Amino acid sequence: MIHARGLVQTFETKQGRTKTEVRAVDDVDLDVAEGEVVGFLGPNGAGKTTTLRMLTTLLRPTAGTATVAGYDVVREAEQVRRSIGYVSQSGSTGGTARAGDEVMDHGMLYGMSSEDARRRGRELFDQLELDGLWDRQPKSMSGGQRRRLDIAMGLIHEPSLVFLDEPTTGLDPQARANLWTHIADLRDRRGATVLLTTHYLDEADHLSDRIVVIDHGKIVASDTPDNLKAQVSGDLVDLEVADAAHVATAAERLGTVASDVEVDVQHVRGRVQRAGVVIPGLLRDLDQAGITLTSIEVRRPTLDDVFLTVTGRSLRDG
Amino acid sequence: MTFLRESYIVFRRQMRMNLRNPAWVIIGMLQPVLYLFLFGPLLKPLADQFGADNAYTFFVPGLLVQLGIFGAFFAGFSLIAEWRDGVIEAERVTPASRTALLVGRLMRDVSQLFVQALILVGLGYVLGMRASWRGVVLGISLTLLLGAACAAASNALALSTKSEDVMAPVINMVMMPVLLLSGILLPMTLGPTWLIRASDFMPTRWVVDAVRGSFDGTFASSAMLWGIAWTLVLFTGALWWGTSTFRKENA
Repeated sequence: MIHARGLVQTFETKQGRTKTEVRAVDDVDLDVAEGEVVGFLGPNGAGKTTTLRMLTTLLRPTAGTATVAGYDVVREAEQVRRSIGYVSQSGSTGGTARAGDEVMDHGMLYGMSSEDARRRGRELFDQLELDGLWDRQPKSMSGGQRRRLDIAMGLIHEPSLVFLDEPTTGLDPQARANLWTHIADLRDRRGATVLLTTHYLDEADHLSDRIVVIDHGKIVASDTPDNLKAQVSGDLVDLEVADAAHVATAAERLGTVASDVEVDVQHVRGRVQRAGVVIPGLLRDLDQAGITLTSIEVRRPTLDDVFLTVTGRSLRDG
Repeated sequence: MTFLRESYIVFRRQMRMNLRNPAWVIIGMLQPVLYLFLFGPLLKPLADQFGADNAYTFFVPGLLVQLGIFGAFFAGFSLIAEWRDGVIEAERVTPASRTALLVGRLMRDVSQLFVQALILVGLGYVLGMRASWRGVVLGISLTLLLGAACAAASNALALSTKSEDVMAPVINMVMMPVLLLSGILLPMTLGPTWLIRASDFMPTRWVVDAVRGSFDGTFASSAMLWGIAWTLVLFTGALWWGTSTFRKENA
């Protein structure tokens, strides 16, 4: 569905009198197969949105070529636009317009008749849990509702390829989890190919078949979530031991399943592959040894961990 | 055909949003009325001094052009708000013609201006203005073209700056000389020669003169030709500017 070769986008920024050229996207190759869900992962400013804007014909590449849904993004921009749905980061509806009108007008700009646009819009409102909000103004909707409305806008013309730019940024955890089910439906129920950008590892992990990590405009890794995470040394397990006398034993027990075990006063930490599978056994083991825990914490590998592994530096080092 | 349909979809959306906002409707309608009632009487005793036999036949055309220029200049502000909401980008990702996205918005500005012009001219007649319908048709047409030009320029400026903080001072900077050197409220002929010469370089002065000429029936004059010529030049230039801004890949 997407074949990009050597995509480059440069911007000029001025600081005082000196102009510097910034390579926001630097020689990106990207292939997305039909029916695939690909997560484009990277910190803010890594070039995710810029790449997406080139693929959706909103920005002309400085260099390189890309075909999207079989059409060249520069020479056949109109056909590309017809074939894709784009849900941008900044929203898509006027705050004072009415939700239903916005969706219908959007469909009609794709050449749909007003009856088709209305029918399809109503359908999407039902499916995206927006029923009853047809006449509502977007500015009086919740963040989650507005995002779902943006998705309805992007799907009105039934595109086979959907781009989602930071779909859950700024949403609370419930709204986020809810949106995930709708995004998963795009492929599972509609058979759409999806390219989404995010800076949340758990989001990319949850939704995508494949994760492409981008940093400083360059792609630094591209693999399945499992393989990417396998490169990280595992989940961090942090045990707080109730009795200081048991710390050494606890460390030893943890050492049977974890690597990089370290002790910090009453805390024992180690890296465990697939903590979810290992922990029940570990807890039984500790129980049998008569060790009581005050708390247990499991931290999944974060973007930071993956990043550290694939780029050799922490996100925070910038 | 597709182009007209797309322009109409954009136009209808804009009108729907504007008409739903009563403040916008009332202020839009009230503007010409206030000018006419609060400024017209000031001008009446002065009319003889600058050789107009009817103050309203002199004053209404000036007001008309002022409405056309100033109302339209502010059109760009709503475009910035729309851009911020992501509407412009959402429209640009559809296959719709980029020019239609601009033209639909200009149609909104021109219709608003048209209604205001009708109110203004209607009230002018009530207050004693004397003008032939041919003159009024020509005058309003010139005004609408000039208004479309200003709205297109304002939209182009809005889309290239994307900031109200840049737009506002630029518009102020443009509007002051336009207002002072076009003879909108008082005729330039009252001023000293150097001021008249300066106003010769102000395209909108010619437009004001032409609209005035059309209202009082002096069609066959060089001022009329200049006025029509300038209107067409401004209209084509601004439309070209606006279209190229909307078409630009990176807007």
